[in-house]
Amino acid sequence: MSKGNIRSFLLGDAQADRVVPPSGFTAQLTLFVSGAMAFLAVFALALSLASGRLADRWASELARSATLRINAPADQRAAQTEAALKILKQTPGVASARALSAEEQAALLAPWFGAGLPLEDLPVPQLIEVIEAEIGYDAAGLRLRLGAEVPGAVLDDHTRWRKPLVDAANSLRRLALVSVLLIGGATAAMITLAAHAALAANAQVIEVLRLVGARDRYIAGAFVRRFTLRALIGAGVGTALGLGGVMLLPEASDEGGFLTGLGFQGLGWLLPLLVPLLGAAVAFAATWTAARRKLKGLA
Amino acid sequence: MIELDNVGYSYGGGELLSDVSVRLSPGSFHFLTGPSGAGKTTLLKLCYGALLPTSGVVRAFDADMRGLDRDQMAMMRRRIGVVHQDCRFLDHLPVADNIALPLIVSGRDMAAESGNLRELMNWVGLSSRADATPPELSGGERQRAALARAVIMSPDVVLADEPTGNVDWEMSQRLLQLLIELNRMGKTVLIASHDLGLIRAAKREVQARVLRISNRRLQLAGADL
Ligand SMILES: Nc1ncnc2c1ncn2[C@@H]1O[C@H](COP(=O)(O)OP(=O)(O)OP(=O)(O)O)[C@@H](O)[C@H]1O
Ligand SMILES: [Mg+2]
Repeated sequence: MSKGNIRSFLLGDAQADRVVPPSGFTAQLTLFVSGAMAFLAVFALALSLASGRLADRWASELARSATLRINAPADQRAAQTEAALKILKQTPGVASARALSAEEQAALLAPWFGAGLPLEDLPVPQLIEVIEAEIGYDAAGLRLRLGAEVPGAVLDDHTRWRKPLVDAANSLRRLALVSVLLIGGATAAMITLAAHAALAANAQVIEVLRLVGARDRYIAGAFVRRFTLRALIGAGVGTALGLGGVMLLPEASDEGGFLTGLGFQGLGWLLPLLVPLLGAAVAFAATWTAARRKLKGLA
Repeated sequence: MIELDNVGYSYGGGELLSDVSVRLSPGSFHFLTGPSGAGKTTLLKLCYGALLPTSGVVRAFDADMRGLDRDQMAMMRRRIGVVHQDCRFLDHLPVADNIALPLIVSGRDMAAESGNLRELMNWVGLSSRADATPPELSGGERQRAALARAVIMSPDVVLADEPTGNVDWEMSQRLLQLLIELNRMGKTVLIASHDLGLIRAAKREVQARVLRISNRRLQLAGADL
């Protein structure tokens, strides 16, 4: 279809649309289906974007920091910490390494043991925060070297529990995307059914139109325009309601973990605006195909 | 204009028409007669491409119907005005729009055609019924509306299937006059009818050939008609 054709298609021709009688039942069906599907699509889209963001954030945050624990008797702790820091400084791929102060360690433990913990009296290991450089370090090599020179050191690079979390977030994103595609497919299927019903109900009308010299594209156009407009309106309302629902979701917060921040962020809010357009495009394609196929069977 | 060459047609059972050959030349006037169920409507359908022959060739405007694609078929139908036996209206549209339907579907500018439409509605005496819907019309009004729709595109050929089936003698004379007038304007006219009185009346005014379907064949009727 050329540009001019699309314009004349969308503006339509009031006469052309009147030659097909209004069909209340399929109209309502199409409105409802496209509205409901758009609503679901907005949520699936929000879920997909949020889980994608989560996967990215977890992957980058967790990947960049690691913790080195020095489990040593009190008298050796300072010396071993010193040695570990020296090794870390020499390790390529480690941007910086810093022993946490007693206050910082106390703050980390406070949620578990309450404030005012006499840290000195407890066999609490010394923690060293390791910040990874862009290129990353060789964790296995570092462990070997620490094992030889600092017997009490345990490197916890978070990979053990980071990977499954990132994987989970990534598969959640994929599932949400598949849902969006399925919603599109289901919409196409239902609009195809509605279009077939409308075409069948109007078989007599179509026959008369053919008899007086209407071309297939004219007849198909009258149906397609109708279904496309309905899908656009239905999906517009569904999207608006869906966006309203997403807005009511709680804001992203640290306490809420991954169940918050499920909405859209920044330019992401523009993405659901594509849903009505895609819904209309799906309706257009589905009705056009159904009409062309149906018309081919008539004289 | 329209030519049937050794045409045979069968709905699936036995053959309904066999070996039918006829030429509707430009400006000619034909009647088609025969008993009910003989195949008059079927023959007309073959002439405007609603049916394709099971044997033989039908040509419209020198083109084999079988070779036309769907768009070409639509274009061909705009040049043939048909009065269907059962009228075939769109019941949800007012009479005026039904009559204008061929103009509407061919994308004509309706504002420019409104004068023509009004004139034609006057001609068939339906001006006062323009806003009625087809189910509200009487049988005769329906047939006049059907005739108006058949000629609104100013077609080269007019095929009328029992155009006077539902009307009294006076009205049938008026409809016949409309068709004779069209023929005088140069249109090719074919009327299927078993109303012998109508055929006799027409023969007093125009040079009309009378074709009769009997025993599946098409024959030229004798001088008694
Ligand atoms: N679509 C169809 N399928 C099967 N048989 C059909 C079909 N249309 C018509 N017939 C049969 O073909 C025969 C001829 O029908 P047609 O309508 O051409 O007759 P006709 O001469 O116009 O009759 P009438 O004067 O009553 O209008 C009839 O026996 C009819 O039952
Ligand atoms: Mg008949």
